[in-house]
Amino acid sequence: MADNLERARGSRIELRGVGVTYPGGTAAVRDVDLTIAAGEFTVFLGPSGSGKSTLVRTINRLIEPTAGTILLDGVDARTLDPVALRRGIGYVIQAVGLFPHLTIAANVGVVPRLLGWDRARIAARVDALLALVRLDPARYRDRYPRELSGGEQQRVGVARALAAEPRALLMDEPFGAVDAIVRASLQDEIRRIHRELGTTIVFVTHDVDEALRLADRIVVIAEGTIAQADSPDRLLAAPASGVVRSLVGIDAASRRFATERPLLP
Amino acid sequence: MTYLFTHWHTVAERLGEHVVLVGVSLAIALAIALPLGVVVARKPRAGGITLAILSAIYTIPSLALLAILVALFGLGTPTAIVALVAYAQMLLVRNVAEGLRGVSPAARDAARGLGFTPLAQLLRVEFPLALPTIVGGIRIATVSLISIATVAAWIDAGGLGTLIFEGLHQDDPAKIIAGSVASVALAVVADVTLRVVERIAARA
Repeated sequence: MADNLERARGSRIELRGVGVTYPGGTAAVRDVDLTIAAGEFTVFLGPSGSGKSTLVRTINRLIEPTAGTILLDGVDARTLDPVALRRGIGYVIQAVGLFPHLTIAANVGVVPRLLGWDRARIAARVDALLALVRLDPARYRDRYPRELSGGEQQRVGVARALAAEPRALLMDEPFGAVDAIVRASLQDEIRRIHRELGTTIVFVTHDVDEALRLADRIVVIAEGTIAQADSPDRLLAAPASGVVRSLVGIDAASRRFATERPLLP
Repeated sequence: MTYLFTHWHTVAERLGEHVVLVGVSLAIALAIALPLGVVVARKPRAGGITLAILSAIYTIPSLALLAILVALFGLGTPTAIVALVAYAQMLLVRNVAEGLRGVSPAARDAARGLGFTPLAQLLRVEFPLALPTIVGGIRIATVSLISIATVAAWIDAGGLGTLIFEGLHQDDPAKIIAGSVASVALAVVADVTLRVVERIAARA
């Protein structure tokens, strides 16, 4: 397994003056300046309609920014072929989007297949990834997505996104559709995977607790722009504005207490 | 029913012509309908107009359409094929487009986000998922064409319709029955076979 999961270095992602204005004239995202360090776990936190999903989708060019520049390891994303770029960046969405006509193994191996890896290498990689997301390869390899629970499906979604050793992983509300207990266990898994692989992760959520649990840094997004970008502790201790304060909630103090001292008497 | 047994070789020959006529027409129709269905699925406005035109063609009575086409292309099998291809378009394009539109947005978003080229996404994700609906369209088109193709004998295109028209002219009901029974049997066999294919496609 170690052979197939060598530690990949994460990418540095820089957003410079990024804006997205739709043809109708509505600005979904405006003036976003942000540097995500290599290997950093960044969470975009904001209410629905804040532009956080739009912003994350500009990184793999599913949405083209109408203003500004995105640099991946210092290279302007516009100079890269969008298809090749996406194959190098993992992508996980709330609806999972497993391909129902393919087995679990074929789903996980889909990007390596696009990249033309040979059969044996794909098979070995698929087994290593299923083990990484704690699904027994022998049991799950040949099953179909519809035979799996929602939580299991999203584990496969994560494995599929990691298949071609991406240097960055984009996760758009990935655990939003599963129940609280499954969500907590998936959150633990993604933190462990992040520690093991060192991939840069950009994770979108509207759930404050999820953001606090996962993030190295939380980027609060409101009305299409960054309201505050800080570590979870600093965000709770010193919310920069009323917007941030209302988002982290009136019980920010108790949350801070809880993250610092998880075992209250 | 006696003619069917006494002249089984003639019936078999006409049946062969019928199968070729329908088969060739279907193959050509599908080659046109697959790309056209993709366009209809992706461009709602142009797609709506296209389907309206194809529906209008579909409502033209077969005798009338053949008469118009004979004026343009003359008598014979090629003209009949043009008519059958035109009739099949509505059924095929509608189902191809419906099948493609039924592909879950999540699967499409994931495919694009993972780095499928547009063509790979179409061939490896969208068409396989649309396949049961597309096969359904092929089944309906096949059965329709088998029935419509009997009229093609009227413009010297051969097939089982030849027996029916000969029977009418020669006042020979046995011939009419033989042609009709063979045509219905062919349609039933095609329907049952393609239903099986449809079920296999839905399971995969």
